[in-house]
Amino acid sequence: MKIWDPTHECISRDELEQLQLERLQATINRVHKNVIHYRKKFNELDIIPEDIISLADLSKLPLTSKDDLSHNYPYGMFAVPLREVVRIHSSSGTGSKPIVAGYTKNDIRIWSNLVARFMTAAGVTHDDLVQVTFHYGLFTGAFGLHYGAETIGASVIPMGTGNTERQIMIMQDYKSTVLVSTPSYALELAFRIEQLGINPKSLSLKVGLFGGEPWSEKMRNELEQGLAIKATENYGLSEVIGPGIAGECSCKNGLHLYEDAFLPEIIDPDTGRVLPAGAEGELVITTLNKEAFPLIRYRTRDMTSLDYAPCACGRTLVRMKKTNRRSDDMLSIRGVNVYPSQIEEAVFGAVQGEAPYQIVVERTQAMDSMEVIIEITDKIFALELQKQRSFLELVKKRITSIAGMSASVKLVEANSIPRQDGKIKRVLDKRQI
Amino acid sequence: MLRIKNINTFYGQVHAIKNISLHLAEGEIVTLIGANGAGKTTLLNSLSGIVPPKTGQIIFKESEINHLAPYKIVRLGVSQVPEGRQVFKPLSVEDNLELGAYLNYRITGGKTQAKQDMEMVYELFPILRQRRKQLAGTLSGGEQQMLAIGRALMAKPRLLLLDEPSMGLAPMIVQEILKVIANLSREKKTTILLVEQNARAALKIAHRGYVLETGRLILEGTADELLENKDVQRAYLGRDKKEIWER
Repeated sequence: MKIWDPTHECISRDELEQLQLERLQATINRVHKNVIHYRKKFNELDIIPEDIISLADLSKLPLTSKDDLSHNYPYGMFAVPLREVVRIHSSSGTGSKPIVAGYTKNDIRIWSNLVARFMTAAGVTHDDLVQVTFHYGLFTGAFGLHYGAETIGASVIPMGTGNTERQIMIMQDYKSTVLVSTPSYALELAFRIEQLGINPKSLSLKVGLFGGEPWSEKMRNELEQGLAIKATENYGLSEVIGPGIAGECSCKNGLHLYEDAFLPEIIDPDTGRVLPAGAEGELVITTLNKEAFPLIRYRTRDMTSLDYAPCACGRTLVRMKKTNRRSDDMLSIRGVNVYPSQIEEAVFGAVQGEAPYQIVVERTQAMDSMEVIIEITDKIFALELQKQRSFLELVKKRITSIAGMSASVKLVEANSIPRQDGKIKRVLDKRQI
Repeated sequence: MLRIKNINTFYGQVHAIKNISLHLAEGEIVTLIGANGAGKTTLLNSLSGIVPPKTGQIIFKESEINHLAPYKIVRLGVSQVPEGRQVFKPLSVEDNLELGAYLNYRITGGKTQAKQDMEMVYELFPILRQRRKQLAGTLSGGEQQMLAIGRALMAKPRLLLLDEPSMGLAPMIVQEILKVIANLSREKKTTILLVEQNARAALKIAHRGYVLETGRLILEGTADELLENKDVQRAYLGRDKKEIWER
């Protein structure tokens, strides 16, 4: 199978480490010069760029968390003047403000080529028709895959989200060969195709490129059968670049992480200590060639491990294990990342005080849903019925605006949410992925 | 082919090269871009042993050369074409070229090889053949540059270090010289490290480049990426960097 960028994807470890060191040093020089946040952090630890003389020295530098990005909202972490930025994306922050990431022309080009790597690895060529069912907007997913496909020379069908019947009609009529989606939405498509009595083998689909949320091998089997495709996974974070950090090859044995662009580390999420190769821990990423929004030791909160053993496909880049666990409480619901802290902000804001609440996440067939249960407090109880109803509406609206997704909200009697040691479990995730 | 790790070079108290790492693959043209005083020439001088780095490592074809004397580095296959050509003005073109072969001549003792090499230089720069009896000091700037490159080639380098070959030359001549440089890489597989103020012209023939700023490398990338980069465009245009935040 073809390799998009053999120079980098099949580079020897020795040459790769030299390139990584050069790019790491250049990135550190740039952020030290241009990003006040990093300069301050380096100064606090009494570190100058010249202290970094090996890849291992990276661990001397401070970790960067999502909160650091939030505190520098909106443009504080940019390393270039705003006029050099050609694109802005954002992703959910832990509070009401999103994280803002910028891209220069080069960043977009680098990004497109990284996406082209895993698309090519999955078997996508310039003869393919790629149906993108991600949401086009501030999220990076749709644009990343869109540009990657165009870079390869494939034809893109930019469907966007929703309208499952129409998606299936277009899939049949336009003869889409590649499906880009979240695994849960692909499952939804597979269910509907079955309901409509369409034989999946009659479709032209051959490859599914899935990402945006964790999924299991069981789901992969369901998708491969239900859609008659080869299902591959790709990994990315909007803060880092979007999709295109890592992707599976045809061996489906871990995701090749594009180490010439991203330097990975695995840390113990509690102590922050770097763990030896092969150990499971939290993935930390340092960008090596991003211009507008470079990140030094960014905590992804995704738990994984790295495998440096050579892969049968010929790519030499390290493989990361599928991530199914996080080291924080972020929820991935229908491909949208939601933090319980965002829901809390919405609820407490509407109550104008505190109220006991619980977030319940469920999956019926392939669809995830979120319900927020709030216990009646004296303050809410004192409201007239009419006002109680508009209170619920207010909470819903706040959740939509802060978390970027809808949720159902209901009131329950005081003390009716089960407690453990007097505490309510904030999130009840009933999904079995 | 060449690999540099963390070199630091000083002029007395002045820290001119700060922790620079870079590499060149066989047959590559790599350009160093940066404003005046960024440390481009110093980096070349560190490579050729004229101003050896205080710390760090320079590995050329698997051997460490950072502690070697310049003539030994030349013997290993690294030749430098200095800034401002520095031809021997009172000598003829031919004598200048012969001096370039001096080290090889000392080793092999044969003059025939030098003659062949000189033919090769004359083929690259036919004008030098016409001027071969003329004193180097009487040549035009462009011809002197050709002579300086020719003299370096006489040492049969695997790696050629070129310092500002376009300096002070007419655009037409610059084009011609850059064309020869591109040919050297393509046909003779000579690896080339090119320092240029004229970033645009250099990036047109280079595969990759590095951007230097006050002794530090701030960027590595393909020629296309660098051409698109605003820092490079600023350095090339010689404009001052504006403040970072313009809201």
